[in-house]
Formats: sequence, C-alpha cells, structure tokens
Amino acid sequence: MTATNGRLELTMRGIVKSFAGVPALRNVDFSVLGGEIHALLGANGAGKSTLMKICSGAYTADAGEIRMSGEALHIGSPLDAMNQGIACVYQEVDTVLVPDLTVTENVMLDHIVRSRGFGTVRWSLLHREAERILAAIGAADIAVRSKAQELTIAQKQLVLIAKAVAQQAKVIIFDEPTAPLSLEEAGRLFAVMRSLRDDGVACIFISHRLDEVFALCDRITVMRDGERVATIATGETNPKSIIETMIGKPFEEEFPKLQTTIGETLLEVRNLSHGTKVRDVSLTVRRSEIVAVVGLVGAGKTELSRLLAGADVADSGEVLLNGRRLRLTQPYDAIRAGIVLVPEERRAQGVLVEESVKTNLSLPSLRELSSPLGFIKAVAERRHAERAVTELGIVTQGLDQPVKLLSGGNQQKVAVGKWLPTDADVYLFDEPTKGVDVGAKSDMFRLIGELAVQGKGIVYFSCELAEVLGIADRILVMSYGAIVKELSREEATQDKILYYASAGEAAQVELE
Amino acid sequence: MRAQGRQHKLNLNNRHSWLDFSFKYGALLIIALVIIVLSAVNSAFFSYDNIADILRAISITMFVAIGVTLSQIVDGFDLSVGSTVSLTTVVAATLMVWFNQPLIVVIIVPLVIGVVIGLINAFLIVRVRIPDLLATLAVMYVIAGIHKTYTKGYSIYNNMPMSDGTKAPGKFLPDFLWIGQGKLLGVPVPVVLMIVAVALVHLFLTYTRWGRQLYITGGNREAARLAGIKVNRIRLVAYVLSGLFAAIGGILYAARIGSGQVDAGAGLLMDSVAAVFVGYSVFGAGKPNVIGTFFGALLIGVLINGLTMLNLPYFAFDIVKGAVLVLALAVTFVHLNRRKKNG
Repeated sequence: MTATNGRLELTMRGIVKSFAGVPALRNVDFSVLGGEIHALLGANGAGKSTLMKICSGAYTADAGEIRMSGEALHIGSPLDAMNQGIACVYQEVDTVLVPDLTVTENVMLDHIVRSRGFGTVRWSLLHREAERILAAIGAADIAVRSKAQELTIAQKQLVLIAKAVAQQAKVIIFDEPTAPLSLEEAGRLFAVMRSLRDDGVACIFISHRLDEVFALCDRITVMRDGERVATIATGETNPKSIIETMIGKPFEEEFPKLQTTIGETLLEVRNLSHGTKVRDVSLTVRRSEIVAVVGLVGAGKTELSRLLAGADVADSGEVLLNGRRLRLTQPYDAIRAGIVLVPEERRAQGVLVEESVKTNLSLPSLRELSSPLGFIKAVAERRHAERAVTELGIVTQGLDQPVKLLSGGNQQKVAVGKWLPTDADVYLFDEPTKGVDVGAKSDMFRLIGELAVQGKGIVYFSCELAEVLGIADRILVMSYGAIVKELSREEATQDKILYYASAGEAAQVELE
Repeated sequence: MRAQGRQHKLNLNNRHSWLDFSFKYGALLIIALVIIVLSAVNSAFFSYDNIADILRAISITMFVAIGVTLSQIVDGFDLSVGSTVSLTTVVAATLMVWFNQPLIVVIIVPLVIGVVIGLINAFLIVRVRIPDLLATLAVMYVIAGIHKTYTKGYSIYNNMPMSDGTKAPGKFLPDFLWIGQGKLLGVPVPVVLMIVAVALVHLFLTYTRWGRQLYITGGNREAARLAGIKVNRIRLVAYVLSGLFAAIGGILYAARIGSGQVDAGAGLLMDSVAAVFVGYSVFGAGKPNVIGTFFGALLIGVLINGLTMLNLPYFAFDIVKGAVLVLALAVTFVHLNRRKKNG
C-alpha cells in the first residue's frame, strides 16, 4: 500500500478461512495504522471476530498473509501474535487473567516468566513498574497488590490493557469491550484508548454500539458475509449509512410497536428475595403486556429472571401465575406452569451449540413428539422444526445444521423458537438483543410484539434503554437488586431511567 | 506469496482429512488388520469356534462397558463398575452355595444390589455434588471391601468347607450355569444376551426421548436444565443403569466360571473404559455410543485372543490393553480439542 513514513501499519491481505466447509472469510483485506482507532463493524456472522482471531493467533488462516510495516509475519499461535506486538482485550476478561494472582503478577506475567537468572523475582521493582504502567493509562487507582479476582470487569479490562502495554504491544484489538460496562466505565476505557492512540498504538475496536464508534474512531471498516465491504473515515459517513452498509439494504429505523389490548393479570410476584442480588421484588404482568425491567449491569436483572424461570430458588417470596401459587424448584416446574426463559448467555444456556437446529427446536416438545413407548417420531419432529424455521425466518443450511454455525441472531431465533409450540403464558427475555445484528434485532422485536398480541405476558430484561422505550408498555427500574421505580410508557425517558437506575433507592426517597 | 498460501492450505486439508479418516475408521482398520494378521499366522484363528470364543470373552466386558457408556454420555464417570461385578458375582454364588436359593432370587438380588449402588453413586454425585471420579472411586473401594468381608476373602465354589467345618449346603444351579455356558441355536448364551442388550440400548439411546435427554444433559447441563429437562433425574437414571448393567456382568461372570471368584471384576474397569473410548470415534460418532463401545470391546477381545495364541504371558496383556486405552484417549482428545478450537 502507501508508504508509511515510519508509521506502523498492520495489513492483512487475501485472508481466507472456512469452518467445516462453510466459508467465514472470503479474501479479506484489512489494514490498521499506528495512531488510529479503527472500528471493525458488521452484523453477527459477518466475520469480524474470525478475522481478529486470525490476527491474534487464535485461528490460523487457510490462505492470505499478514504484514507489519511491510514485513511478513508468521502468526501460528497467540504466543506468536504476542511476540509480534499484537494484543487482544476480550469481552470475557476472566479467561485471560489469572484470578489468584495479583494485579502486578498479571500485568508483568510475561516479564516474570521470561526473566533470566535463578528464578528470583524482585517484587518491589515489579510492583513499581506495574504501578507506573497503570498510572500511564490513567488507572492508578487499581491496587497492584490486590488479586485479579477482586476487581470489577472494567478494572480487569484495564489490567489487560496494562498487560498489553507492558508487552509493548503495537496493535491492540478491543473485542466488544464495552458490552459489560456501565456508561461511566466505558467513558474511562475510551480515554485510555485515546491515550494509547496518541502514543502511536494501532487500536482495533469491535462494537455493536454505533454511538461509541462515532465518538471514538478515526476510520470504520464494515464487513458483511465474510467480506470487507467498506473502509471509510468516520467524518465522511453517518450511522444510518453505516447500518445500511452492514445489512446491505436500506434501514427502517423504527421498530413499530404493535397495538394490543392489555388483559387480566397473568403473573404476580410478591416480595421475592434471593441473597443480596434480588431484594423484595414485587411486580405484575398482564395478558398482552410487555413489562421491561431495566437497570445497569449487575443490578440483578439476570438473577430475577432466573428466579422466575425456576433456574435458581428464591430465599423468600412467592410467584403466582393465573392466581395459582407456583412451587419453583427447577426450570421444569416453571415451564410446565407456563413460564419460559430466553437467557442472556445464549451460546452457553439458550441453545445447545453442538446440536442441530432440529434437536434444539424439539427439545421442550419431546414428549408430544414421541410415541407412548418414548420413541421420537422422526417425521413429526422434522415437520415441527420446519414450521419454526419458516415462521421465524431462521437462516440455516438445513434442519441438521449444528446451531454453532448459525449467526447470533439466528441462534437467538432458535432459542426463542423452541418455546413457541409449548403454549407458555409468560415469556422472559434476558438481554435478547445482546450480540445480535440490526436485522435480527428488528425480527426479534416483531416476534415479541406478536407474542403480546397473542395474549402472552412478556417480561423484557435489558439495559438497552432505546430498545426498552420502543417496546415496553411499562418500565420497572432495577437498582442494587430492588425495583426502585415504575414508569409508564408515556412518562419514561432515557434520562429518567438512567437517573433512577444509577442513583437507586436514594433517588426514590429524595423525589417523593 | 499467493501460491505459497495455497500450498499451505492444501497441506492443511490433507492433514485434516487424514486425521478425520483415522478418527472415523482407525479402530475398525486395526480390528481388520489384527484379524488378517492373526488369520495368516494361525489358521485356527478365523474359525467359528474361535470367533464364538472371542465374543463370549467380551460379553461380560460389554455389559460393564454399556454402563460406562451411559455414565459417560451424561458427562459423568462410574469407576465403581468393576467392584460391582466382584460383589454381585460372589453374591450370586453364595445365594446358591451357602443359602440354597432358587434361580429367581439368585438373579434378582444381584440386580437389586447393582441398582442400589447406582442410587448411592447418584446421590453422592447429584445431591452431595462430589465430583464423579472421586465419588465413584470411594464407592469402588467400599464395595471392594464389602465383597471381601462378605466372603472373608475366599472364593465361592461347590462343596466348599464352611466356617463351622461342614460342607456348603448348596450347589451352582444348572439353569444358572446355562446362562454363562449354554448355547442357543449353536450360539453361546452370553453372546446372544450381549447382542440383544447392545441392540436394545442402541435403540434406547438413538430413537427414544430418554436417550436424547441423556445426550443433551451430557452436552450442556445448564442449557438442558433451562430447556426443562430434569437433569438430576437423567443423571440418576444413568448411574442406576450403570450399576444394573455391571450387576448383569457379575451374574454372567459367576455363571461363566461356575464359581464366585474374589476380585472377579478388578480387570473389567479398564477394559470397559478402553472399549468406551475406542468406541467414541468409531464411524465418526464423536460421542460415547453403544455400537462403538461394542467395536471397542471387540478390538480388545481380538487382541487378547491373538496374544494368547502367540503364547504371550497373560500378565503382559495389561500393557497391550493400557496402550489401546492411551491410543483411544489420544485420538479422542485430539479430536475434541480440534473441534473446540474450530468453534
């Protein structure tokens, strides 16, 4: 490409990769410069994670080359990538840090492992060096002697960044780092990324949040279906056009809410408590009503959803469905009563990634699809799966395709689709749009709206305020395990929700 | 540079397809190879009698291995199956020799013992949440201790002297011995039982909703639980069936030998675990399955038979069996890790 004038440039050229014969990357060219933050965007399944995993050595490309400032690199393992100065800050920070080691040990791990001599370690020196690096990235408040497991996710990310700096990384990949962060924590991360950029580091930023991308990045590369479709300076484009490039068609910004008539009370929760995570929660959901439970990450939304679904057992309180008190000891009890959950951790809990689309879809209906002797009726099962695939528009190469080969959005449709024939009354959705691309998102909203029209009660747990405001009839704000405020659709605004969500019970007392 | 990239890709593909092929058909090829070599060396090898002999020899292993397959399917492990065989063998023998019991009792009581052991294992693993290997390791020793205490360390045989100086009152029943030594239309009865058991368990695992739930539970317990599967009950069923099949193995053992040998099942644990892991890869199943386990047991049976013909000392057999287990584990885990890495 162009001369780099001593400026660092990482180029990937002609990258090809396929999994089990399914192409994930088709001849992708990508380049990032030192001193820029470069966004890598694309719908789920577009190939951005695969491309970055090749860059960081987690995968090996089938073909293509990687060059750093003109010099060809051989990256066959994560260690190779590290030695070439390529580091990665993952969303799942816990898989990279050693929980039992101190911050210093984690940051300086590479140093410690490679130090010469007789294995003696000069701790005072190492602590001082770790402190210096943390201070340099504006994270001086992290105590270098505390253990990694005692840190928050945001702090762990900063430790990972410090580790990359200690290894003198020239290229740092940030793979959806803000997904688990609060707004404030994300802001701090962005400040760190900007200072790294100013030091000449090449930052690659993967995110689904376009507001972040436009606030932070210098250039944007968009991928679609395993190909790079555009690279453009941020100043020369806008979110709407980026979304259109991502999905390859004009974007309808509105998720129109379907009109429903709200019916009688379906679900009633009284004084539900579970440890410190869920405290004295009461709520009701009526037929055809979409109730959103919003709160920051860690507010207890997932814990509440698991109590209602029978996945965890509450310490106290009761759950009533159609006026009947439920005894929830395992998810089976909730499902039988008519409460189903679409969990947040889709790949770990929502679907069985190794199993086929058909097997996933028939799972809750196996009894109905079997003969009295327990033999599964193959034809009935196939028809059952075909119906769901058609109704939900699940994009798959066939009913026997393993779910792990589907995109995030289609996996989510499978996670929801398996419940549709069970005739449940209440659907619990925990962050259903997390890691789902724009197209699949609007499909998901349409589906939830249709369920409400059919008379189902919906509880929608989310921290995506814009989505919640679009879909919910009523909004319950959760903070530190308690529901601190109820807002109707009409009175709710992003500001109000944020205020109650972040100030918690103190705000409630103050206002009343 | 391009051309070089393509070259690289080609090599990768070759290597992968070779790995895939060896994964799917490796065990079968080795069985075929061993049979061909042994047939060439010794003409008696490929005779009806010898083949019937091999099958009879693996029938007991196979019953134990079915149990191990079931616990493996739910992502568990049952180390206690060998001791269960030992205990049920001597219980069946003493019921006849010491207590003069009718056939029905001689068969029912060991089966009940197998079920009870399975329930204990399930309780420790599912309720108390002890890791499966440790729980069944402990139970394995307890059962081994019980069976030696019960027999005072003596094997049980017809006309054995009792502790009061008299002769044992009973004898092995002819009908009982028929189970282990008789023939049905020229086929040894244990072989018939084995084929029936393999067929039934295969149907159960592949075509019924319970089999499906066993596999799903083993694949991802939390996802299975959230989808409404009673995973604790499914795991309990797996361990109970494991104990039950081990008990059948014990009954067959007593019937085959015509006495109650102390520590009869000691060697069966390793054989059956090896069979399950060989079977993991047969036809590319990639999961524990009973047809594969059968071929795993067959591989071990053929090897042992061949080594006997070659007059290798029997105490060297463990080297061969251990090597087979290591090889099977290597193939299995290379495959698993590759699958994990490729998402």
